[in-house]
Amino acid sequence: MRRTTSRLLRGLAVLSVLSLGATACGSSDDSSSSSKAVSASDIQAALKKGGTVNVWAWEPTLKTVAADFEKKYPKVKINLVSDKSGDKYYTALSNAIAAGKGVPDVAQVEYFAVSQYSLTKGLTDLTPYGADKLASKYTAGPWNAVSDGSKVYGLPMDSGPMAMFYNKKVFDKYKIAVPTTWDEYVTAAAKLHKADPKAYIANDAGDAGFTTSMLWQAGSRPYKVDGTKVTVNFEDAGAKKYTETWQKLIDQKLLSPINGWTDDWYKGLGDGTIATLTTGAWMPANFVSGVAGASGDWRAAPMPQWTAGGKSSAENGGSSLTLPTLGKNKELAYAFVQYANAGAGIQTRVNEGAFPATKAEQQSAAFQNKAFPYFGGQQANKIFAQSASEVASDWSYLPFQQYANSIFNDTVGKAYISGTTLAQGLKSWQDASVKYGNEQGFTVNK
Amino acid sequence: MSTPVTTASPSASAASGGSRTTPRLRTPRKKHSPGRPKRSVLLTVLTGLVLVYAVVPLLWLLINATKTQAGLADSNGLWFAHKFALWSNVHDTFTYHDGIFGRWLLNTLLYVVLGAGGATFLSILGGYALAKFNFPGKRAVFAVVIGAVAVPGTALAVPTFLMFSKVGLTDTPWAVIIPSLISPFGLYLMWVFATEAIPVELLEAARIDGAGEIRTFFQVSLPLLAPGVVTVLLFTTVATWNNYFLPLIMLRDPNWFPLTLGLSSWSSQAQTIGGDVIFNLVITGSLLTIVPLIAAFLLLQKYWQSGLAAGSVKE
Repeated sequence: MRRTTSRLLRGLAVLSVLSLGATACGSSDDSSSSSKAVSASDIQAALKKGGTVNVWAWEPTLKTVAADFEKKYPKVKINLVSDKSGDKYYTALSNAIAAGKGVPDVAQVEYFAVSQYSLTKGLTDLTPYGADKLASKYTAGPWNAVSDGSKVYGLPMDSGPMAMFYNKKVFDKYKIAVPTTWDEYVTAAAKLHKADPKAYIANDAGDAGFTTSMLWQAGSRPYKVDGTKVTVNFEDAGAKKYTETWQKLIDQKLLSPINGWTDDWYKGLGDGTIATLTTGAWMPANFVSGVAGASGDWRAAPMPQWTAGGKSSAENGGSSLTLPTLGKNKELAYAFVQYANAGAGIQTRVNEGAFPATKAEQQSAAFQNKAFPYFGGQQANKIFAQSASEVASDWSYLPFQQYANSIFNDTVGKAYISGTTLAQGLKSWQDASVKYGNEQGFTVNK
Repeated sequence: MSTPVTTASPSASAASGGSRTTPRLRTPRKKHSPGRPKRSVLLTVLTGLVLVYAVVPLLWLLINATKTQAGLADSNGLWFAHKFALWSNVHDTFTYHDGIFGRWLLNTLLYVVLGAGGATFLSILGGYALAKFNFPGKRAVFAVVIGAVAVPGTALAVPTFLMFSKVGLTDTPWAVIIPSLISPFGLYLMWVFATEAIPVELLEAARIDGAGEIRTFFQVSLPLLAPGVVTVLLFTTVATWNNYFLPLIMLRDPNWFPLTLGLSSWSSQAQTIGGDVIFNLVITGSLLTIVPLIAAFLLLQKYWQSGLAAGSVKE
């Protein structure tokens, strides 16, 4: 049952949303343009009338948001089902949609999976509700993931601009400089492992989410999607940069072969044997909860760059709230999504440690100046917000990314345990993805 | 259940004795008899290895249930941490998330009592009928049952889900209980057992004395079937208790989760952003989850063992 491929992605669910400071309710100007526009007054009427909204979401901070929403609109009941995440969650969602029964009114969907559901008409276009007018609120990466041309399939809940978390205690102990480029990173990896054969610069046993984010940062754009026309290509310049560098770490056995999100992983992060973790900005909450023993040892730093002084970043994880087509109570459902991801809910969630997908929130002084006791008082949000502003926006996931991620370990994963190179592994991942896409009725060219 | 009987049938008791000498049928060719088996160092060592293999995970579970979340990370897996936290872990397990663990435990018991109990009852009825009555189509039934034994329950889960969702039963306890009632293996076992354990003469005697079929079944056959009943009950109980995939796709509401799903959802919190990492409670919860199963085996084993040898000796 444990598939490492999706472990990281599976973990990626949290963060927070933004708020434009104070507005509790979104745009109330007349929605126009679209055929069946739903005006703000329609939504208000629905809220007055009341009803139940079934929400499937595992994002922990939504519990408070749902309670606040119910207080504000006493006639509305939010039924939050939060006990599934990862693969199982999508299995359940797809099953419900296939059966046409038991589909939630609101569903949390990670960015990498949005296009999979929107393409099969599984998600409601939120443009008639005025969601398109919210575009400027959100950072580029998340908005890009939930919108497709003029259509909007969800409101971004959180985001995962990447940063490098490093164990300062270990770096200080062996007098290793914090790497700012990936070349320095490789050097640091060798130095660390030589100084302490039990310690590694990072763990990586093959993780689809991490690899695609690394490619994203390196400028590779392996997936191009135009309707049902798809291109998969892992041989561009960006991908070459990544595979050459990462291959060095694999060849010199400088990566700990531990899978992310396992108890071993939490243990390694705690005892100094995994010295850095390059991942999304949502990670601090998990550090506090899962690696409590190492409080004060860790710091956040910008993601290492491919060129000295470069400014490029990528997203890792994050999710949106969507309205499945077969859900009911659409007005109420949208009202809740708007409250949680574009209204007062954002601040509530940020206060509970989520990382927002909204510019205003990320740029606010209170957010940026927040000191993290876990990181020795560091104002880590400054680094994360900076990273968010440096994410290139033209990244696409496959409309069958879930499947692609599920076969990552059978293809690219081999590079970590055998003589296969990363480049060859990516090539076989590409071939398998192309084959599957064509079988599913997409037109996939390499 | 029926009143327990210690001996299943004359045939079963004859084979169950380890220290009893069995009547000799032939002149002995070897010095060792069933009463004094030959010793083999190799076999003893091999058995010991299997024992270690089986017991170490249990030991691990027991030892690690005594550790805090921090203790799990900084101590050896097969030895105790400094802090003995078993009682506080048990307390936390039952109080976490407003005591949902207790609710899961009761759910599991409900599914076992209704699901496994029902499956056992149906298996007894069906097995007995197939063993002791002749009717047209019996061979076809036999073929279907044997075929059904070969189909893993997991493979049927998704079609079952689609069927149940049409009827509107998904996300209710019935979605778990009703599929659990069907146990082809249990039926087959009861069939074989009933064939051996109930002498036809006994049934004929009962009928001659004027007992109806129902009364014969309950008063004559059922007591003889006890060891087989216990065996099937244990199998179906374990299967229902450990059932994971079926409730996984059937249930959305955590209030109806069995323990397997509940523990899995706790474990997956560690893979969720902002989730609480509570491996210590997952481990303690797992330990608490297997305690009732172990108790069931220990309490029922004497009936069970006597049933295993049924039919192995020709009278």
